[in-house]
Amino acid sequence: MSTQVPDQVEDESSAETVPAGKQKRDAKKRERAERVQEQREAEAAEKARAADDTYHLKVFRYDPEVPDKQEPRFDDFYVPYKQGMTILDALMWARDHYDSSLTFRHSCRQAICGSDALFVNGSQRLGCKTQLSDLSEPVRVEPLPHADVVKDLVVDMEHFYDQMEAVEPYFQTNSLPDGELEEQRQTRENREKVKMSTRCIWCSACMSSCNIAAGDNEYLGPAAINKAYRFAMDEREGEDMKQRRLEILEQEHGVWRCQTQFSCTEVCPKDIPLTEHIQELKREAIKNNLKFW
Amino acid sequence: MYEHDVIVVGAGGAGLRAAIAAHEEGADVAIVSKLHPVRSHTGAAEGGINAALREGDSWEDHAYDTMKGSDYLADAPAAETLCKDSPKETIKLEHWGMAFSRDDDGRVSQRPFGGLSFPRTTYAGAETGHQLLHTMYEQLVKRGIKVYDEWHVTRLAVSDEENPEDRTCHGIVAYDVQTGTVEGFSARNGVILATGGLGQVYDHTTNAVANTGDGVAMAYRAGVPMEDMEFIQFHPTTLPSTGVLITEGVRGEGGILYNEDGERFMFEYGYANNLGELASRDVVARAELTEVNEGRGIEDEYVHLDMRHLGEERIIDRLENIIHLSEDFEGVNPVEAPMPVKPGQHYAMGGIETDENGETCITGLYAAGECACASVHGGNRLGGNALPELIVFGKRAGHHAAGKDMEEARITTGKVGDYETAEVESPVQLGEAGIGEDAVADGGAAADSGAAATGTDLVQQAVEDERETINHLLEKEDGIQHAEIRERVQQSMTQYVNVFREEEGLKQALRDIREARELYQDVFVGDKSRTFNTDLLQTLETRNILDIAEAITLGALARNEFRGAHWRKEYQERRDEEWLKHTLLSWNDGKPELWYKPVILEGESKTYEPKVRSY
Repeated sequence: MSTQVPDQVEDESSAETVPAGKQKRDAKKRERAERVQEQREAEAAEKARAADDTYHLKVFRYDPEVPDKQEPRFDDFYVPYKQGMTILDALMWARDHYDSSLTFRHSCRQAICGSDALFVNGSQRLGCKTQLSDLSEPVRVEPLPHADVVKDLVVDMEHFYDQMEAVEPYFQTNSLPDGELEEQRQTRENREKVKMSTRCIWCSACMSSCNIAAGDNEYLGPAAINKAYRFAMDEREGEDMKQRRLEILEQEHGVWRCQTQFSCTEVCPKDIPLTEHIQELKREAIKNNLKFW
Repeated sequence: MYEHDVIVVGAGGAGLRAAIAAHEEGADVAIVSKLHPVRSHTGAAEGGINAALREGDSWEDHAYDTMKGSDYLADAPAAETLCKDSPKETIKLEHWGMAFSRDDDGRVSQRPFGGLSFPRTTYAGAETGHQLLHTMYEQLVKRGIKVYDEWHVTRLAVSDEENPEDRTCHGIVAYDVQTGTVEGFSARNGVILATGGLGQVYDHTTNAVANTGDGVAMAYRAGVPMEDMEFIQFHPTTLPSTGVLITEGVRGEGGILYNEDGERFMFEYGYANNLGELASRDVVARAELTEVNEGRGIEDEYVHLDMRHLGEERIIDRLENIIHLSEDFEGVNPVEAPMPVKPGQHYAMGGIETDENGETCITGLYAAGECACASVHGGNRLGGNALPELIVFGKRAGHHAAGKDMEEARITTGKVGDYETAEVESPVQLGEAGIGEDAVADGGAAADSGAAATGTDLVQQAVEDERETINHLLEKEDGIQHAEIRERVQQSMTQYVNVFREEEGLKQALRDIREARELYQDVFVGDKSRTFNTDLLQTLETRNILDIAEAITLGALARNEFRGAHWRKEYQERRDEEWLKHTLLSWNDGKPELWYKPVILEGESKTYEPKVRSY
């Protein structure tokens, strides 16, 4: 990006109102900014050249507002590789050194905030925990499939959040201990049973990978069902509440829609056995309906 | 214009707890957050929640440990409040279903942590923060509390009186990241800032990219003092390549630190002859860097943290998350090999000056969590004391803002009582980093808004000012990009205002920050789109980073002693006669003004006498 030197001040009256000192300071500031920017770009190019390896990324671009970007396309970025570099590192490098409008969600960089799930070389992954060195070039980076694209790699998460909320995703129990300092007891085994289900970071990689969810907008989807599992299997909630949860899960667009394709389980960055959890809830629902089990 | 009784800014642990508390009091409360709540950085907390829950432990012991750990710079009323309220707030989380780790009898587990005289750290594996954040968000959903997510709050709407103590906060201005709309939020009762950490001031930090200290900087520019900013905690165990945190729980469970020669240096070199790896964080961080500086580091950069002897079963039971982090981000399986670790920026002990009810010196403005300084951590925060801070002070601030009667605070805020003014010798001019020529340099009090405006009018004026600033940034065709400015500040801070500090380095950092400030006056946003413009968002954040970096460095330069996390080469002693006092910085006519107020060491039934801190 080149910095333009402004034209001479054309309007005399405005020239008079700007004190000479300020003009000089502004000019100096511009000069410095220009120098810094040039230096920066030279450094970026130099770094890319000097690196042993450079990774070639093909990144999806789209912005409904900018005429040049209204037609979706892929941009090529060449990023100098450093040992340990992840997809997220590469995107940040490209954004900070080549194109500041390159847009993606990210925050924690340690696989816990769940905001940078992307479609990388044809698979849903978290950008921050995907090593570049594990991927073949050119690395294709796209937004999550089956969601509306807001801009570049950012997708609209509303539908995902709505499905999460549809399963009453909060602890409900009628048997709290009396004392405010006394906890509910939970066995180690029971905590172990729900442990994996509590690890969900709401990245929506599973939902994006699910063929059923893609075809049925009302399907609760693996993340929401897993959230329900987290509570249904928690012994502290009690039997009545479990019945209530199974009713929600047994509805038309609930657990029975799952066709055990395992794609959610395959892409889950937290290794949650989502398909297994869904099947277990199906078994619980059958037991519940047969009563004599 | 949106209107609510209480507006909470930020949706991490403190923000969610504050919103729930305000809702309990019957207030119409809304959260405005630049991230969706489950993306908040509280989710990255690993270790646990300190709470005196067991027989043999007491809140008084917890308070004693906290005061000692703070190197006697915490205010006793705040530390005691933390320790007294933590047990019932922790159990409240359990009642909300939080998946704590369990003992054989079904009770919540507790483990030892650095600087604690009792194993009182309550935890959920090595993912306590994740469990806490999600549990609290679930409660928010249950109550139907309104969340405006992906709205970046940029300015407080505060009335224009000369003294900050006479000002009132009427609301906020925020920018909808998805659409680019700038809108006002009027708060009838109060605004609670819960914006979290400021780690992005440094380039090696455990903090998320979103942790740019927005709340601290906004409050500062609106007239609330920043307190004890020089006290930055460097966590002793972060992964060298990324800054990812390896919980203190590893040492709590028995993990050992080794240098290049395989020596257990915490004992071998006498850094902490009693507690070794479980000394408090400042002590361990300095020990590690001393090893590296004296040539006993590995690859001249880091040391080893070994947990292999704990056995795979125990590691998986209590620290499983660490296996994944170490494998994913460092390529080391800690069940088979020691992890490389080094100190990294982790936590800001300082922040927005508040009392123990979360209130600032501006009427209707509250703060809680890491962005606030009540002050419970003083010179050094004990591991496991951040999460109780969120729930205890989040709740208090929420109740207070919603109008509940609170006990009168013992901590004073603003320039009242026994304060002393001071000067610091800076090699460069300080302050001022407005965007563009006409834009209001002040991000807080609408300086030219006219003194008469109040309520929604005042919020509306702040909205107009902010629109002008944002339009200016988007219309400006060339200049310098925020990424360059940010990187310079981050690198300078890491080089000069780190674990070890000396006068010349601090002055160099001030020069670097000055240069960055000047560059910032010519900042421009390359992305001209109104849709999800992260370029604009980060440009606005960078302004906050500048103010905060300056405050940290100024406070550090002025404090001529060695206390807690603040180590000065020229001053190797804690100097209690002169320095049992809090550093405060006020934004006054576009410049920081330095002053001090005394530490309160008198607690409810005892006075905490400063003692030598040995572990």
